[in-house]
Amino acid sequence: MLGYALRRLAGAVPVLVAVSIFVFAFVRLLPGDPARLVAGPDATAQDVALVREEMGLDRPIWEQYLRYVGQTLQGDLGRSTKTKLPVAEEIGQRFMPTFWLTVVAMVWATAIGVLIGVISGVKRGKWQDRLGMVFAVSGISFPSFWMGLLLINVFSVRLGWLPTGGYTDWKSLILPSFTLGTTVAAILARFSRSAFVEVSQEDYVRTARMKGVPERRVVWHHTLRNALIPVITMTGLEFGSLLGGAIVIETVFAWPGLGRLLIDSVSYRDYPVIQALILLFALEFVIINIVVDQLYAVVNPEIRLR
Amino acid sequence: MIDARIDDITEADLDSGTSVPLEIRSPLAEFWRRLLRQRVALVAGLLILVVIVAAVAAPWIAPFDPAEPDYENVLAGPSALHWAGTDAYGRDIFSRIIWGARISISVGFLSVALGGVLGVTLGLVSGYFGGWVDNLVMRLCDVMLAFPGILLAIAVVALLGPGVANVIYAVAVFSIPIYARVVRGSTLAVKQTLYVQAARSIGVKGLKLVLRHILPGTLPGIIVTTSLRMGTAILVAAGLSFLGLGAQPPSPEWGAMLADGRSYLGVADHLTFFPGLAIFLIVLAFNLLGDGLRDALDQKLRP
Repeated sequence: MLGYALRRLAGAVPVLVAVSIFVFAFVRLLPGDPARLVAGPDATAQDVALVREEMGLDRPIWEQYLRYVGQTLQGDLGRSTKTKLPVAEEIGQRFMPTFWLTVVAMVWATAIGVLIGVISGVKRGKWQDRLGMVFAVSGISFPSFWMGLLLINVFSVRLGWLPTGGYTDWKSLILPSFTLGTTVAAILARFSRSAFVEVSQEDYVRTARMKGVPERRVVWHHTLRNALIPVITMTGLEFGSLLGGAIVIETVFAWPGLGRLLIDSVSYRDYPVIQALILLFALEFVIINIVVDQLYAVVNPEIRLR
Repeated sequence: MIDARIDDITEADLDSGTSVPLEIRSPLAEFWRRLLRQRVALVAGLLILVVIVAAVAAPWIAPFDPAEPDYENVLAGPSALHWAGTDAYGRDIFSRIIWGARISISVGFLSVALGGVLGVTLGLVSGYFGGWVDNLVMRLCDVMLAFPGILLAIAVVALLGPGVANVIYAVAVFSIPIYARVVRGSTLAVKQTLYVQAARSIGVKGLKLVLRHILPGTLPGIIVTTSLRMGTAILVAAGLSFLGLGAQPPSPEWGAMLADGRSYLGVADHLTFFPGLAIFLIVLAFNLLGDGLRDALDQKLRP
């Protein structure tokens, strides 16, 4: 088990190196003086000279890269050109709102998505299945930003039940997490239905049914348990896409999270923040992937033995 | 093909003992026969066709000039004259949506075409050569697929700057690994088929073998992927414009129109309702068509 975990961890290193090279090359690929870009439009010549020194732009490129990696590992991500605050501090303030948003969205998306998928799988071909799959394909096609606006209109503007945006109490979490979770719920509904259907065609399910195991037990014990294994993997992978979705949703709901920070930074061309955020998102995806793999190994002993 | 013929034999045929005429259908005829059974996909295809025709014919069919302000008729609700109402400048929203279809359809098409050409090439190279080339290409695809598309797209926009043209590149980037994977998979399968073996044995090789004999075999996967990617591409492009990173405000792009109409929520809902509905319907249509094509072509690409 430990060996497997370590192998997976080692496998993630190339991904992180590739991303760090991309982020490192980021400002150097842009036209213009990288030091000026990083220092910002209203920096003095002195500031620019300081940044140039810090980035080591007069050094060979590989040395610059190593210096960049070293600084990053020490948590030195530079300063925001917009607020002049250290980037690490900016990101630290924005982390928790995004964390709560994605976690709450994930919890209900998983619950509803898997439930709809399993009901559709059990009632295959019946109206419940059709309804479930209509929900699924609509949810996948629905522009989340439009859904956010529709929900704000109904529940905030017209009914006045929930805030239109901002990060205050649990009430402010309801609309954004619902909006964010819908797409994932739809994807999971579709996926768990097909996983359920696939398992229900296995020989051992047919055997169980033939030898007279009650239908309820066939569904819960024989089919569902096995169908859930791929569903767990999918759920974990969708966590990554939730982080992506959060970028859009946070703008709709004026949510002070990492996604909103990224969009603001791109509009403002705040390169140090953009670089750090891309690196952070990449790190999160890699960690999520590893955790998913571990979970998968826990649920499915076949993997562990390899 | 044998499966399809067995499907056609009813129990009554077996009972009556009459012989069932077996006709051999070409794969294309078989595909059409199966596709015609997919009612939902056909309706979706028809909707896409209508939108494409509307987009092309926008100058002739749009009832109003999409950029012409009419300060007498600001924020007017839907009426016989203005089917989807007017916006804050009195511009006709229905006409703007028709013109916006041009942007959405062309951004979707160009980005998918660009990502598709690069991805298909990578997939063919990867599947045909195998070995370390295959390994390298697939690892690269893994890295790209580790990120949600929207983040990759935003990174590209951050690099190139906002604007419709850059959105096309941004959206194209995350279609590349998806095509590459699908095509690599089909290439490996097609390489083993009898006709490719036969072509090889008579000395066909290299580019000719790949383009004439392998590429056509990978088409079913490419067709299905293209329909599904069109939906995603249009959705992400509209999202980027909504965030202010794509088409800029005076442009009748659907996502930009939604962003414009945000401030009038509860006052003039039609400003956000109709552009949102337009995005939803076109994306839904491409997804349904893709699902139908996948069933008709018997491709197992997505659960």
